[in-house]
Amino acid sequence: MKRVVITGAGTINSLGHSVTATLEAMREGRCGIGELETRDVERLQVRIGGQVRDYDAETHFNRQQIALYDRFTQFTLLSARQAIEQSGLSFAGELAAKTGVVLGTAGGGVQTWDENYRAVYEEGKNRVHPFVVPKLMNNAAASHVSMEYNLKGPTYTVATACSSSNHAMGQAFHMIRSGMSPVMITGGSESMLCFGGVKAWEGLRVMSKDACRPFSLGRNGMVQGEGAGVFVFEEYEHAKKRGADILAEVVGFAMTSDAADIVMPSKQGAARTIAAALEDARVSPEAVGYINAHGTGTAANDKTECAAVADVFGHHADNLMISSTKSMHGHVIGGTGAIELLACVMAVRDGVIAPTIGYEEPDPECALDVVPNQAREAKVDVVVSNAFAFGGLNAVLALRRAS
Amino acid sequence: MADSIKDKVIRIIAEQAVVEPSDVTMDQTLEDLGIDSLGLVESIFAIEEEFDIQVPFNANDPTDSEFDISSVAAIVRAVEGLVADQKA
Repeated sequence: MKRVVITGAGTINSLGHSVTATLEAMREGRCGIGELETRDVERLQVRIGGQVRDYDAETHFNRQQIALYDRFTQFTLLSARQAIEQSGLSFAGELAAKTGVVLGTAGGGVQTWDENYRAVYEEGKNRVHPFVVPKLMNNAAASHVSMEYNLKGPTYTVATACSSSNHAMGQAFHMIRSGMSPVMITGGSESMLCFGGVKAWEGLRVMSKDACRPFSLGRNGMVQGEGAGVFVFEEYEHAKKRGADILAEVVGFAMTSDAADIVMPSKQGAARTIAAALEDARVSPEAVGYINAHGTGTAANDKTECAAVADVFGHHADNLMISSTKSMHGHVIGGTGAIELLACVMAVRDGVIAPTIGYEEPDPECALDVVPNQAREAKVDVVVSNAFAFGGLNAVLALRRAS
Repeated sequence: MADSIKDKVIRIIAEQAVVEPSDVTMDQTLEDLGIDSLGLVESIFAIEEEFDIQVPFNANDPTDSEFDISSVAAIVRAVEGLVADQKA
């Protein structure tokens, strides 16, 4: 089996428009969540979110591109550009033929759906822009990355709600590990902070109206964010031969289904997936120093996740750190795993553990070291990133410090 | 009018529990009726639609919400209160 390393990373999210800015915000425990700015916000019950600020599509894309790029595609392309630039790769010949793009998104072009439903239903228009379909489709972002960089290998989109990015990155990992592709562009994107997107989530009654406070007693729900995270996954020898800067090694992945409930998480399902990812990585639970939690800030997820971690790690659960960066960037749904993997890279590469901010009071049902409110310096070798989606679909990745 | 609010709430709960309204008694809990968390969220939605009210309810901790859901009687009382507040 081939080894898989990360040689490029890019992002845009509510914490910043680059990896550097995002990691700086995480180190400082800054919150990207604020008042939502969207049309008809006064008709929403939930009016906060981790929105991408100071963003003007026209500074990055021309008019023809904007006609084809939903906001989730724009975020993907900007992140992919950063990641591929950092990797130093250019794609031609055999490498281009074998390199593909696997990305996660839950909703795809939600803003495009929203705008055009509004046009035909609310405004009574009988005609929509000719590019509505290619703009809203879930695979638009993956296809545009493929087109932009001449990537002709396996390219598709994974939609498993909040696990989408982790599933996508797990697939990219498998493709390189098996020898199918030397390089894969992977990660995910989401942008549904529009009226219809937020309204749909409101219906479930799991959204907080004030803040995302994972693991903290009295937490009252999740807060949605938006953005993208994109990585260059590369076969180790391929990266080494060209002297690439290796950010981290991807060592394990597991995915399972709870086969139980469409919204409630399962301790057994979560535990089974974490354990399988460690087994896949051939590392002992004791080697894990940090877990980037799914940590949505709902009562159900956080206590279930902590119980699962306690089950898998036993006494070692008290030694490791677990934090939820959703407290800062919000829950980026299908893109969240990719943005959260940045915190994992920071942990193994820079020895900085991102905090769980907004933490007020310990919850006896979440009695782990959740790195409350302040980032911490710590040398960790192996880290784990959890994603447990609606639908009972779990996807867990394990990274190791580059060696 | 109190009776009619009660009847409507019971009808909504009965529909969610897939039983006849006549089989719903005031001292029953939602658990007794086999209504799970999703069923509860749907019932709240149906109540809001029926009475055009906003029910203060957070699914994260249903028992901690201002809206008392400890029994059918409690729910009926809570809805009566919200409807009265709205008219006030």
